[in-house]
Amino acid sequence: MTDVTADAVAPDARRAGRIVYGATVVFLCAWVLVPLYFLLINTLSSPQAVNAFPKSFIPAFDLGSLTFFANFSGMLNALKNSVIVAAMTMVMSIVIGAPAGYALSRFDFRGKELFRLLILLTRAFPLPLLALPLAVLFIRTGLDDTAFGLALVHTTLAIPFAVLITYSLFSGIPIELEEAAWTLGCTRLTAFTKVVLPLILPGITASAIFAFVISWNEVFAAAVLTIENRTLTAFLLQTLGEAPLHLKFAGGFILVVPALIFIFAVRKYLFAMWGIANR
Amino acid sequence: MAVIEIKNVAKTFGAYTALHDINLTIADQEFMVLLGASGCGKTTLLRIIAGLETASTGEVWIGGRRVDHLAPKDRGIAMVFQNYAVFPHLTVFENIGFGLRMQKLPNDEVRRRVERTAGLMQIDQLLKRYSGELSGGQRQRVAVARALAMEPDVILMDEPLSNLDALLRMEMRAELKGVLAESNTTAIYVTHDQVEAMSMADRISVMHKGEIVQAATPLEVYRNPAAEFVAGFIGNPPMNFLPATSQGGGKWAVAGELFDGPDRSAPLKFAIRPEDLRPAEQGLTATAKVIEPLGAHLLVTCEIDGEIFRAILDSDMTVRPGDRITLAPQPDRIRWFDPETTLSAV
Repeated sequence: MTDVTADAVAPDARRAGRIVYGATVVFLCAWVLVPLYFLLINTLSSPQAVNAFPKSFIPAFDLGSLTFFANFSGMLNALKNSVIVAAMTMVMSIVIGAPAGYALSRFDFRGKELFRLLILLTRAFPLPLLALPLAVLFIRTGLDDTAFGLALVHTTLAIPFAVLITYSLFSGIPIELEEAAWTLGCTRLTAFTKVVLPLILPGITASAIFAFVISWNEVFAAAVLTIENRTLTAFLLQTLGEAPLHLKFAGGFILVVPALIFIFAVRKYLFAMWGIANR
Repeated sequence: MAVIEIKNVAKTFGAYTALHDINLTIADQEFMVLLGASGCGKTTLLRIIAGLETASTGEVWIGGRRVDHLAPKDRGIAMVFQNYAVFPHLTVFENIGFGLRMQKLPNDEVRRRVERTAGLMQIDQLLKRYSGELSGGQRQRVAVARALAMEPDVILMDEPLSNLDALLRMEMRAELKGVLAESNTTAIYVTHDQVEAMSMADRISVMHKGEIVQAATPLEVYRNPAAEFVAGFIGNPPMNFLPATSQGGGKWAVAGELFDGPDRSAPLKFAIRPEDLRPAEQGLTATAKVIEPLGAHLLVTCEIDGEIFRAILDSDMTVRPGDRITLAPQPDRIRWFDPETTLSAV
């Protein structure tokens, strides 16, 4: 760090600040985008181009790897499983998490602080530690190798986030808005659906996407608890271990793209602040 | 037509009593102000009338109908909140029309009423905007328009102007008074601002520690406070008090001067408003301490027998700190309070 003492230095310091700011933005964007770009061009290149050097920065639009992948046996099934499990996780974590968040925000009850701590503690146990007893339990109850069983585990992973996100969402909505709705002819229920729900919908959506992505990316529980009905991550882990490089790229691409599309589709809700960015 | 009757309403929160046995009748189309310091129970009383809070005991009647078991929406009221509570996800138009839509009124009726009340509150240019794009004063107008559009029997307002800056508050005060006078609704208005109370109210209920100390017209509350608390709370600066001792036959000695008062022997407090004092040859002798020239007049803080005593004098007077001045109280403006009960002794 340089010492900036006189006022005369201030414009220089400000320019330096702008440069650092710009550089940081570029760096962070590159950090995210460059690997994605490489993934993209390698997926769309022929197997020979993938292994060649130097690499081309323009994709060749060779769909060979992808076609091969799509026709790979079990592949579409795994994709379908992943979507089913992630969707179930999304629904269950919101259905369970949002009421818990509402209760934490609106009511005072004994053990509230402890409850909040315990919710976070569910993330304190490493999954490998729980996997074996879970597997045994699932086999006994017949939940093993089912989408629902796996979604249960993923819901457990996603719920702390769902609860804490919705808790802060509900806390951000003044109770007066609900009260105003009551005086304007609403019952408790209609006040919730007409006032509270529209306001928290962006946050609920964000929270749901988060749950979806957690489930979509999760590989350990999926690999341990499913055999026939593998999700995409577990399936890829199993089959791509010895696969050639271009197939690994195609697999990675197929994993990343749905999550990206999903987040892109609902980006408005993630960024929107009412009245500011309603475009 | 909506008379509001509050009968023996009390409210306790655990061991704390927020309201003691309130009885109050508010006439049809009356503008009633509940005035008091924070924590006096005025907002609790308003919320009980609105149905946002339930009374521990007692009854609330609106327009001859007992309402204390009804939900807020069934009471024929509309409310304006301190923080406006304008719905951020709806446009100004939909905010004002919210209650009308809940009543399932036809579209053109909603449009007609929204446009009329928006015009009344001078926000007809803003109907397409969202709350985030409005200033505090504009949000305030939306909140009032939303309540008026309901054409309620009763409009309840909880410190609606307290978040506005001083100039805007003065403007809105006059405007609100005009609009409400035309709307033929009964209004209950909660505030801690005595200027708002004095300037807007038909009647003021002064509240203190969960009780209504006095409910009367602004002038009556000002001229004839029912208790020492009211005399000290209303008026800026407040009333002056001095101890008085009975000399028999309705004569009272106050700081060495004799005044006519009630005929009784127990001690009383002598009270006079600062503006009811004139410099004179004979009267109360005071030592000036602080002189504050306020342009229109001179606020002189003095001391009489160790008690603070304020006088509002003509700004042409020349007074310096340390001067001894003689102040004559206007005889018909002198009030007497019982120090035991703190109530007016007349």
